[in-house]
Amino acid sequence: MSNDGTSGSDFERFRITFFEECNEILADLEVHLTQLQEEALDNEGLNAVFRAAHSIKAGAGAFGFTDLVNFTHSFEALLDKMRDGEIDQTPQVADLLVRGGDVLAELVSAAQENRSVAPDFGAEVLAQVHDLLGSGQKPKDATAGPGAQQASSISGMGSWTIRLTPNVDLFKNATEPLLLIRELREMGSLKVTCDRSQLPPLRKLDPELAYFSWRFELESECSRENIEEVFEFVDDTCEIVIEQATSSEEEAKSPEAPAKDAPVQPQVSSPEKNVETKESAPAGKKAKAAAASSIRVELGRIDRLVNTVGELVITQAMLAQELADLTADNERQPIAGQEELANLTRELQECVMAIRMQPVKSVFARMPRLVRDLSGKLGKKINLRMSGEHTEVDKTIIEELADPLTHMIRNSIDHGLETPAERVAAGKPEEGTIDLSAAHVGGNIVISISDDGAGINRERVLAIAIDKGIVQPDAHLSDQEIDELIFAPGFSTAEEVTDISGRGVGMDVVRRNIVSLGGRIQVQSQPGYGTRLNMLIPLTLAVLDGMIVAVGNQRYILPITSIVESFRPSPSQMRRLDDWTQVVQIRGEFIRIVRLCDLFNVENATHDPTQGLVVLTEVAGGGKIGITVDELIGQQQIVIKSLNDNFDPVPGISGATILGNGKVALILDIEQLAGMKATVPLPHQDDGPKEVDAPVAIVAAE
Amino acid sequence: MQANMLQAQETNPVVKGSEAAASEIVASPTSCQFISFRLGEDEYAIDIMAVREIKGWTDATPLPNQPPHVLGVLNLRGAIVPILDLRSRFGQGLTEATPMHVVIIVNVGERTFGILVDAVSDILTVEPEEIKSVPDADRAEGEDYLSGIINAGHGMVVVLGLQELFR
Amino acid sequence: MAKRALTVDDSKTMRDMVAFTLKGAGFDVLEAEDGVHALSVVKGQKVDVVITDINMPNMDGVTLVRELRAKAEFKSTPILILTTEGGDDKKASGKAAGATGWIVKPFAPDKLLSVVNKVCP
Repeated sequence: MSNDGTSGSDFERFRITFFEECNEILADLEVHLTQLQEEALDNEGLNAVFRAAHSIKAGAGAFGFTDLVNFTHSFEALLDKMRDGEIDQTPQVADLLVRGGDVLAELVSAAQENRSVAPDFGAEVLAQVHDLLGSGQKPKDATAGPGAQQASSISGMGSWTIRLTPNVDLFKNATEPLLLIRELREMGSLKVTCDRSQLPPLRKLDPELAYFSWRFELESECSRENIEEVFEFVDDTCEIVIEQATSSEEEAKSPEAPAKDAPVQPQVSSPEKNVETKESAPAGKKAKAAAASSIRVELGRIDRLVNTVGELVITQAMLAQELADLTADNERQPIAGQEELANLTRELQECVMAIRMQPVKSVFARMPRLVRDLSGKLGKKINLRMSGEHTEVDKTIIEELADPLTHMIRNSIDHGLETPAERVAAGKPEEGTIDLSAAHVGGNIVISISDDGAGINRERVLAIAIDKGIVQPDAHLSDQEIDELIFAPGFSTAEEVTDISGRGVGMDVVRRNIVSLGGRIQVQSQPGYGTRLNMLIPLTLAVLDGMIVAVGNQRYILPITSIVESFRPSPSQMRRLDDWTQVVQIRGEFIRIVRLCDLFNVENATHDPTQGLVVLTEVAGGGKIGITVDELIGQQQIVIKSLNDNFDPVPGISGATILGNGKVALILDIEQLAGMKATVPLPHQDDGPKEVDAPVAIVAAE
Repeated sequence: MQANMLQAQETNPVVKGSEAAASEIVASPTSCQFISFRLGEDEYAIDIMAVREIKGWTDATPLPNQPPHVLGVLNLRGAIVPILDLRSRFGQGLTEATPMHVVIIVNVGERTFGILVDAVSDILTVEPEEIKSVPDADRAEGEDYLSGIINAGHGMVVVLGLQELFR
Repeated sequence: MAKRALTVDDSKTMRDMVAFTLKGAGFDVLEAEDGVHALSVVKGQKVDVVITDINMPNMDGVTLVRELRAKAEFKSTPILILTTEGGDDKKASGKAAGATGWIVKPFAPDKLLSVVNKVCP
């Protein structure tokens, strides 16, 4: 098949497309099958499930994944009967379908990863499907070649006489008799006689009608079936008689020809309509509305678009800066159109970002199943409530969310929620509840999993942490700090490895994943009442609302969403805990100071916070730190550029951007800053009493 | 460092700089081309294929807590490129950069960065056999970025291996 | 001048495969996701053969065949429909609508080529 050098990579592309498509189909299938367990599927749903199996089968056949083809074939046959109404949607059938869906997913996965499955994998499901399809009567063998017929045992030279008499409307199917003749000619030596007797005089001639008929004499080694195959498409629009001269039997084969003169009707006749209705009408309105408004676009193109718009944002900012400088100098009127440009750029950016947004529904959809399976296995009664599934997030986030969500729900079911007996004993309803929600809050998406279980077992967590050397045996930790230990690297035990995710996903990996998306994760727990995990992920990955701050001659960016407030502290608000640590007191809280000037060794910076500003920022876990800066320059939308392409990660810096004046400004990583130890002792200055009451929840450096 | 090498080598020029007798240079299919540049009195060369562009020095945004030879990052038409002081990298102190100094932007593997040098000298076209290897005696520990020496008429040019220099 | 084919299928995998196979045989290939899309894609184009799936949203294959045949420029264009094993009803309705022939899914690329050669001069 390969005719040119690119065929290898082209084929690889199909593989990729096929599996992409399969995975989409499987996700969609999951949604339908989940629904099936609650209520029966309507015709549209059945059709959708049928089409899913059908599509996978077609592609699988093209690639030669026979396991997959065989299984899907039976699955599809079952679904076909269900949508015909021949088989009812009983709970058993629903259950079979669900298990079938699992087998299907596994077969697709195996095909994608080029591994084989056990020979009897899915056999049980398959057997039950066949039973349903009717007393051992298996659906027609899928792997039989299409239209394959038994090769005739007749071999050796034969003489055939074939008469071909087309109907007058032969050409309505764009059939070209010449092609048929050529095909016959290739089979042996052919003698053709054309009968023109039906040809009317020229003025009565309709060029779109067929008037000729032919008689062929063919000397060939072929079989009757070979000859019939030549006419396979026209046996209903032509009269075909095939006679073998040397055979004693004169089988005149005229399949349906006289009886079935399939007239072509421009209008839809009712028998046809019935046939079609099953296929297309149920897929009708709803699918129409949905499908009509979408097209598929390669992700690479979207990325390029996103990047280019990002550059546009920077350029527009630079332009605005230069114009501002110009007009400030010359006291000229602001240049018309500039504000319009800014608005348009912003709008374009929002539109482009929106292209990549998808509802979290696709990730949430897998959860009910997970909860059902696990709660069944562990003998717990659990009700999963989901809300905000339509909330949209960037596509990249969707992909990254699946594993963490799965893991957190599993934790909740494993460790958080109690058995029915325990719950009753604690005065709770037998059935535990898990709430899974997604919502837009500010510039973030907040995904929250909370349960009404027993809360984090702090004694156990602390014991494990001490055991693993994560904390010292004599350390004093607040409740919140103990809760946060679940995120510590190395905390998770082997028991956490699930057979659903298949990988050892500890909470530390979950946190790392979320942080790598620019977000953070918080835990809140109350013994006896339950646990809540909040993930905050910025809505747009590439663009940030940033606050530009000045430290010395340098400019840094702080994400606005993390800023609580900024203020100039008075000397009486400042306290030092030791020679390295400073805190600021505000409204009863003591908040640790992070001295950027020292941490980053910035020249010409203000070293006295009371001469500059303290910017209070939130860290994961709900704590705060106060970052000292010289002044606030302004708020700006910035395009995040990664430093990591060319460089190893720099502690305290999460990225960079290009300001309007063309200079590079570094984006601060607040979480990391909070963890960096001061390397420069505080200057010798008396700023308030040294002793201080033990502050609550000071964010300590690691 | 280079003084030692000078003693060890002959002074037959086997390489023609591009300024001298351009008509004499015939780049064969096997010849290599380098860009040579100066650091103080010393001359170095790097593979021309790695060079993306050459610009005058502009202030870089410093990156915190980096070794002294990492001067910071520059905006190169939208890309953020780290700039390294080669003199400092060789342990010879920091360069006092002025707009007269030059930054050579290079691609090394998938990374791009800029090296600050005093001035760019020439394009050298050399046959592979004319690149002499650095005597081990002249190569200190960790100096595996010295990948060869070229005798270029007016003096010795040390070829730098960028991969090794910026590992 | 290269011959031009139109492949209509809501499955990108199928479209890719048909396109790949036909391009290898020297065809230019136009693609559409469903009947509606197909009709817009062929505007002003000369098409030498059409290969369409049946089960598609918006406008199914049989309707597409009928719509194409109603156009003067497609009266004599070979149209192949992709049917499933045992989909004889589809073959019949497809033929009735004006299809020239069919290919049964799943099919190997060689089969596609041979059927296209069979109906396309």
